[in-house]
Amino acid sequence: MWRKLYAWLEDRLGLEEIYKATLDRPEPKGNWWNTLGSASLFLFLLQGVTGIFLTVYYTPSPDHAYDSIQYIMNDVAFGWLIRGIHHWGSTLMVIVVFVHMVRVFVTASYKYPRELTWIFGVGLLLLTLGMGFTGYLLPWNQRSYWATEVGTRIAGSVPLIGDSILRVLRGGPDLSALTLQRFFSGHIWIIPALLAAVIGVHLYLVMRHGESHFPDKDD
Amino acid sequence: MTSSNRMSRRDFIKVTIGAIGGVMGVLLGVPVVGYLLQPAFRKQAAEAWIPIGKLEAFTIGIPSPFSFTRTKVNGWERTATSYGGFVLRRSEDPKEILILSSRCTHLSCRVNWNEAAQGYLCPCHDAKFSIEGEVLSGPPPEPLERYNEFKVDEDGNLLIFFEEA
Repeated sequence: MWRKLYAWLEDRLGLEEIYKATLDRPEPKGNWWNTLGSASLFLFLLQGVTGIFLTVYYTPSPDHAYDSIQYIMNDVAFGWLIRGIHHWGSTLMVIVVFVHMVRVFVTASYKYPRELTWIFGVGLLLLTLGMGFTGYLLPWNQRSYWATEVGTRIAGSVPLIGDSILRVLRGGPDLSALTLQRFFSGHIWIIPALLAAVIGVHLYLVMRHGESHFPDKDD
Repeated sequence: MTSSNRMSRRDFIKVTIGAIGGVMGVLLGVPVVGYLLQPAFRKQAAEAWIPIGKLEAFTIGIPSPFSFTRTKVNGWERTATSYGGFVLRRSEDPKEILILSSRCTHLSCRVNWNEAAQGYLCPCHDAKFSIEGEVLSGPPPEPLERYNEFKVDEDGNLLIFFEEA
């Protein structure tokens, strides 16, 4: 029965073709350092899922942001767990993405024909840091407020256009309700959408070129 | 594979990954369902004994006002509602007490005791209630509500039993 169902689906969806094209490719000899990209992807998905669940209770308003997080942490069943995973997962994701980059650099995997994979990867690192920066403000506690005050000022120290950057980041000259709202929007819609798109390109390039040979003594 | 009843390496890895994945799925799935559903089925205490003042502070024979506030908590939102009423002690006996709500039964305005009129007057539509809470004139359809369950504790506090409507 299952075999029939599978055959019916396979006939219409071409599952095996997808499998062959995406996952069934030759790999260099197993190496744990080569799993960091998959680990980054997993963490991105984990952050996405826990983040979606957090929006069930979180409110991006200066009046309620802090209280809604207190509610998630202290009142909702397993709220501490969902937020804990999101909180620590974000730190872990930055570390894993960074170590992944270091690995690619050390093994010289960024060289021809994988230059574009590297460039899009740098974009992914910056977007990941952007997720960390925007997400840090959302709890709206003293630490996140002042971290954003400082962070946006650093962006504002750019010569000539600095003040405009600061205003665009804050939605005005002050750190306000507008800042919280646009950081929220950036954190849950704009940056994740960009991340998903760039991940798509990055993965396509990884599949197209395969994984690089791990350098040995002859290299 | 050397013999047919030995599991191949590939099958072992498949089964192991499936089992670990299943355990992880359950471990994460149960909290997620609880997280999404728990506030929907949370019960709030809708009844309580509320102290409204020292018994001796209420004069015998004259209705004296009292008020209290109940706070409803929904997530991070708190809604305070204030309630009020009048205590009439008929005698020294702590059982001989009439406690009325000051909410007019017409459109929920607050009635006030008027000594000269010897009745409760509603400021909104000129309704008048007797000292017992009966409707004397005006639009209200029913007499004032009574707090029938009350008690005096050992410190001399008068408490009423409050139930959320």
